[in-house]
Amino acid sequence: MSAARSTKETTRRAPVLTEPTTLTFGKALTAGMRAAMAANDRVIIAGEDVATLGGVFRITEGLLDEFGEDRVRDTPLGESGIVGTAIGMAMRGWRPVLEIQFDGFVFPAFSQITTQLAHIHSRTAGRVNMPVVIRIPFQGGIGAIEHHSESVESYFIHTPGLKVVSPSTPNDAYWMIQQAIAADDPVVFLEPKRRYHMKGEVDPSAPPRGLFESAVVRPGTDVTMVAYGSTVPTCLEAAEAAAKEGNSIEVIDLRTLSPLDLGPVEASVRRTGRLVIVHEAPQTLGLGSEVAARIQEQCFWSLEAPVLRVTGFDVPYPPSKVERHHLPDLDRVLDAVDRSLDY
Amino acid sequence: MADHSTGVRMIGLLGPDGVRVEDADHAYRGTDTDIAGALRDMVMTRRLDAEGTALQRQGQLGLWPPTLGQEAVGVGTMHAMKPSDMCFPTYREHGAALMRGVDPVDIMSLFRGVDMGGWDPIATRFNRYAIVIGSQPLHAVGWAMGLQLEGLTGNGKADDGAVLAFFGDGASAQGDVNEALVWAASYKAPVVFIVTNNQWAISVPTTRQTVVPLARRGEGFGIPGVRVDGNDVLAVQAVTEAALARARHGGGPQLIEMFTYRMGAHTTSDDPTKYRSRAEEDRWRAKDPIERVRTYLMRAGAIDEAWLDALQVEVDDFAADLRARTLALDPPDFADWFDQVYAEQTDELAEQQQAYRTYAASFDDEEVRR
Repeated sequence: MSAARSTKETTRRAPVLTEPTTLTFGKALTAGMRAAMAANDRVIIAGEDVATLGGVFRITEGLLDEFGEDRVRDTPLGESGIVGTAIGMAMRGWRPVLEIQFDGFVFPAFSQITTQLAHIHSRTAGRVNMPVVIRIPFQGGIGAIEHHSESVESYFIHTPGLKVVSPSTPNDAYWMIQQAIAADDPVVFLEPKRRYHMKGEVDPSAPPRGLFESAVVRPGTDVTMVAYGSTVPTCLEAAEAAAKEGNSIEVIDLRTLSPLDLGPVEASVRRTGRLVIVHEAPQTLGLGSEVAARIQEQCFWSLEAPVLRVTGFDVPYPPSKVERHHLPDLDRVLDAVDRSLDY
Repeated sequence: MADHSTGVRMIGLLGPDGVRVEDADHAYRGTDTDIAGALRDMVMTRRLDAEGTALQRQGQLGLWPPTLGQEAVGVGTMHAMKPSDMCFPTYREHGAALMRGVDPVDIMSLFRGVDMGGWDPIATRFNRYAIVIGSQPLHAVGWAMGLQLEGLTGNGKADDGAVLAFFGDGASAQGDVNEALVWAASYKAPVVFIVTNNQWAISVPTTRQTVVPLARRGEGFGIPGVRVDGNDVLAVQAVTEAALARARHGGGPQLIEMFTYRMGAHTTSDDPTKYRSRAEEDRWRAKDPIERVRTYLMRAGAIDEAWLDALQVEVDDFAADLRARTLALDPPDFADWFDQVYAEQTDELAEQQQAYRTYAASFDDEEVRR
């Protein structure tokens, strides 16, 4: 086994960043985890295929060689076991970073996450912290078979005791995974898998934005657009296209899904009067519902048009040859912009 | 359905008639004074349990899960543990809780609905009661894996760590319990699984949960198992001690089926007359875990009526104190509950908390706010 590893030694090293570097989203995550493990020897990685293989997406590649099999652990194949045993380890002060291989496979662990992990702090009257990170590649758009393209965020957002975040850029991936690992509460860390190969600059020295803060990623004046994960680049493309038609779109990346940081959204809507929310998750009780409800509470007199949502439909995730009809794309987002402006 | 009362050897060291029994593989190493201590602890457990049932009937608790008939399991296993060992209980291990130094009023507070249990699970090395059936063995295995990572087990030292994971016959059917067995075996974790087979998962008999005796449940996982007379506190302690010693010295996990009987209802909301016979209960009553020890100790001259009278006074005082302190448990301020959700409170939850406080403060009457 070690011989097989050594043949690929050069490609398997986790990136060590000392200066601004262009990385893929996936390698930025690897670099972030590597930094977190180097900073704190209580941080351990566990999951299916995460050690020798480096994960099916290679996000943990190189960590086994650097940190050894005590800290980078291939587990038996059972999501509930991965999460349940991590709870016991966290009770002893370990900081497990767990990989669920695909979004649709998290549900065998659902009870451990929602009834145990999320409750242990309150159940023990605050005596026991659960610094556990559950990394889940989520959302679709990669032409996968059933159960590999799900948007699972609402289940976890709806569970008090959990925090839920999702980066959309390599720089955020690098920093947010470190911040999630440093957090003393359980964090569901949602990775937009179709952006794993997207490149961007990662700056290891610039102070990062807070983990639980949303960000205006493109300023604008006519319509506010809210997205997270995979749909942030979609919205930036839409804003670019809309600009050519003379419409100025402000794009906000939520970054944190629970807790929500809607201050920047409210400030934006007070200026634009119009809001379009874009996510892949099914519409009903998707995060857009909560954002819409809060914005009408906080910005009622500023709204010039109904809050609109561009989302996945309320159908099981479709076969890959037709998934493009299900996913919010440039045209559907621009259609919503037009409807908002025409109202 | 399969009859699990036979087909696997049951280890016993003290028969229902109060007579010591020799076993080729296991021996109780304590003195009669130690046995008298176990008797005291079982009597105390039974009284705690009776108080719980009575307080529920008097409207002072919302619910109580009786441990009547299972006192030897809680007392025997805890007498086998070292202070630094960790225990992950079910919600019926009131005796075990007492043995670990949990203040019984901290159990009452859970069932009175004023908190989620008052004890410190880390300081007492006794985790919170698990309400979701079978959720806790995975946590126990994780704790044991943590001991391994920290080098606190398997060193050939007396204070090497080990873990007890309790679950019941019903929980044995849960996926999480089976995953716990997989993980424990795979990592050779220092954990002993205590399977309290009390014959009934509410109304469903053990024979519906498994077609092989639970003592053999571990075989396919690579985990050896034995069946113990769970109403025999000497056997419970002796076998648990041996399994813990094996685990703490790197021998890996083991499973012990404690063959016992839930003499009471599942909880105070349950009615066992709907699903089992009085004759069955009478058969098990004859195997009472306390009576056999009292018979043995009296016959051996280790205790006498005066000793039992003194114990009765101690138990009465214990019960009176527990009742008084339970009745004095007031509900907390609901607004404080918001503070316990996260280690690092979120701004949006703080806003909800403040909104609730403002709303509650708009009432003049203190009682409304409660």
